[in-house]
Amino acid sequence: MLTEEKIPTKPDNVRTEEMVLNMGPQHPSTHGVLRLELTLQGEIIKECRPHIGYLHRCFEKHAEAMTYPQVVPYTDRMDYLASMYNEFGYAVAVEKLLGIEIPERVEYIRVIMGEFQRIASHLVALGTYGADIGAMTPFLFCFRDREKILSLFELVSGARLLYNYIWVGGVSHDLHPDFVRLAKEFIPYFRPKIKELNDLLTGNRIFIERTANVGVLPLDTAINFGISGPNLRASGLKWDLRRDDPYSIYDKFDFDIPIGKGEMGTVGDCWDRYYMRVLEMEQSLRILEQALDQIPEGDVSSAIPKRIKPPAGQVYSRVENPRGELGYFIISNGTVNPFRIKVKGPSFVHLGIMNELCKGHMIADVIAILGSIDIVLGEVDR
Amino acid sequence: MIYDYLYNLTGSEALAAFIQSLLPLFIFILPFALFAVLMERKVSAHMQDRLGPMRVGYHGILQTVADILKLVQKEDIVPADTDKPLFNIAPALVFVGSYGVFAAIPFSGAFVGANIDLGLFYIVAISGLIVAGILMAGWSSNNKYSLLGAMRSAAQIISYEIPTMLVILTIVMITGTLNLYTLSEMQTGYFWNWMIFGGPDFGISKFIFIPLMIIAFVVIYISTLAEVNRTPFDIPEAESELVAGYHTEYSGMKFAMFFLAEYANMFAVSAIVAAIFFGGFQSPFGYLGNTFGVHWLIPFEQFFWFTAKGLFFVFVQMWLRWTLPRLRVDQLMALCWKYLIPIAFVDLLIVGLITVL
Repeated sequence: MLTEEKIPTKPDNVRTEEMVLNMGPQHPSTHGVLRLELTLQGEIIKECRPHIGYLHRCFEKHAEAMTYPQVVPYTDRMDYLASMYNEFGYAVAVEKLLGIEIPERVEYIRVIMGEFQRIASHLVALGTYGADIGAMTPFLFCFRDREKILSLFELVSGARLLYNYIWVGGVSHDLHPDFVRLAKEFIPYFRPKIKELNDLLTGNRIFIERTANVGVLPLDTAINFGISGPNLRASGLKWDLRRDDPYSIYDKFDFDIPIGKGEMGTVGDCWDRYYMRVLEMEQSLRILEQALDQIPEGDVSSAIPKRIKPPAGQVYSRVENPRGELGYFIISNGTVNPFRIKVKGPSFVHLGIMNELCKGHMIADVIAILGSIDIVLGEVDR
Repeated sequence: MIYDYLYNLTGSEALAAFIQSLLPLFIFILPFALFAVLMERKVSAHMQDRLGPMRVGYHGILQTVADILKLVQKEDIVPADTDKPLFNIAPALVFVGSYGVFAAIPFSGAFVGANIDLGLFYIVAISGLIVAGILMAGWSSNNKYSLLGAMRSAAQIISYEIPTMLVILTIVMITGTLNLYTLSEMQTGYFWNWMIFGGPDFGISKFIFIPLMIIAFVVIYISTLAEVNRTPFDIPEAESELVAGYHTEYSGMKFAMFFLAEYANMFAVSAIVAAIFFGGFQSPFGYLGNTFGVHWLIPFEQFFWFTAKGLFFVFVQMWLRWTLPRLRVDQLMALCWKYLIPIAFVDLLIVGLITVL
């Protein structure tokens, strides 16, 4: 990292000026429509200011005009790479408000979908991160494997990206008869692919040069900025809502929470954040193995209420989205429409750290840092 | 030689020389660029579990032709506030720089564009035009990404010319010639006469030369990768950072000229490496023409071997591109100045000592 002191001082008679570079909204590596206003001295970043709002769709206001079940498809469209988990989080929140019990089979189905979604989302994060660093091939390998997961989702919900599958009180359809078999086949298929990714990208000398010791996020800064999820764990804190604030049936499964150890550089650098996602995919596979073995028979729609009209009150419920803490704050005034829905999205919170991480780095590092915190603009803007 | 044949045919020295110097362009570079673009797409596709272009012609073999036709039809857009003369000259300059290199490359015993005694020197000099063209393109585009790309590119190409030159000097010290044709002729016979295996002279020095030559080869191969802006050194046109680097603002045929120049350049540097270290157009194990007594066959065989070697190195370039990530601009400079140049220099000194002794 080049700090200010290391920049050679210029002679007095030479005039230099800072350059302002607008990276985005149309740029190959901003992962959506994000505009980064970079103030540059040569190639060194003096300031990085994210400008958001290009994808704003008024989700929260919109939700106030709809009934509770109608909100579900809109949650899909926030973090469109982790749609299942958005629905999952919303369903958990509304069920907490209603105070209803969910059949066990439904809980298993939700966990299975959630963990598949976590793998799919991490695959996109890792693949595009490789592409950001300049390696195109891991990107296509990751998408090839993600396609298999999307096919499984298509089997159960009929959609490949925006599912509308997890409903309040249940799921829209029971599993397809072939699902468990196909899902079990995926796990032994996918384990070697993680190793392939490690061989191709994780251990690559150039990749390590580009990411280790770049964009180091110390733990106290991370906590102060409200970072959560893999980014927080990469900074060295064992904090996972699946374990620390259990929801659904996550307490039934045996899995580890990996944390960043700084194997290639400093704890909390880009490489750690990248590798955290690789390790989490392995843990998700472990959860999936257990869940697919234990899944009970039963009815999935018995608990779906005919008319959702929660009592007046408010609830905050949070789940561990692939990107971090996804919280729903819902106020009910006793009618069929929510009075207010506020989403605490991980990507939005994480984007706030950009300036902190980018200062003193080079342009190429901005891409590496932005890729490593893994934001989805659909959720930043909502 | 082709020149004599053309001279007999036309009866004019100037016309013969003119036609001869144009031949590499028409019978080699243009078809090669078409082929190389397709090759890149197919190689990358198969490395990534894809099929690549499949629609135009059998397995998409006419895809590039279709692409070029599309580019020709495109409107020639010159953005407002560009420096128009420079903006228009730049692609031509880059194209000339990479095409000019081919004049001195011996494709076979009977086919050298221009058999210059200072061939290697000429190649290094004329490819300097590319830097000028890239800088012009970046500056005149009036685009910040282009400017950053051009500045990176100029710094990179100029830096990496130093290790390239040091390695070429090493070879020149052993062989005593800058003429690529003579250099190729020297490495005749079997493959153990190639420079990578210590050159044509037998003796103790040959075996000392082998590791030194392998080091020199690795150094020159890495620096040529950087000179033609290929991954892991494709920093000037780093797509994920600088959109398309210095040719962000170009479209249509002008873009095609940059594109063509890039692929021509890939082959040019591969050809130079092949000519210096891998015997140029010499076959690794004798000629069919000699075996059967059909002597007119030999130049064609030589042409085959030369393109095969060149294409092999082009393939390795593609292979690297679709495997490796990209370095950062300061790491790229560190690699050049901290590792490649000292290594090349030590190599040069040792070889110099051995040749003197």
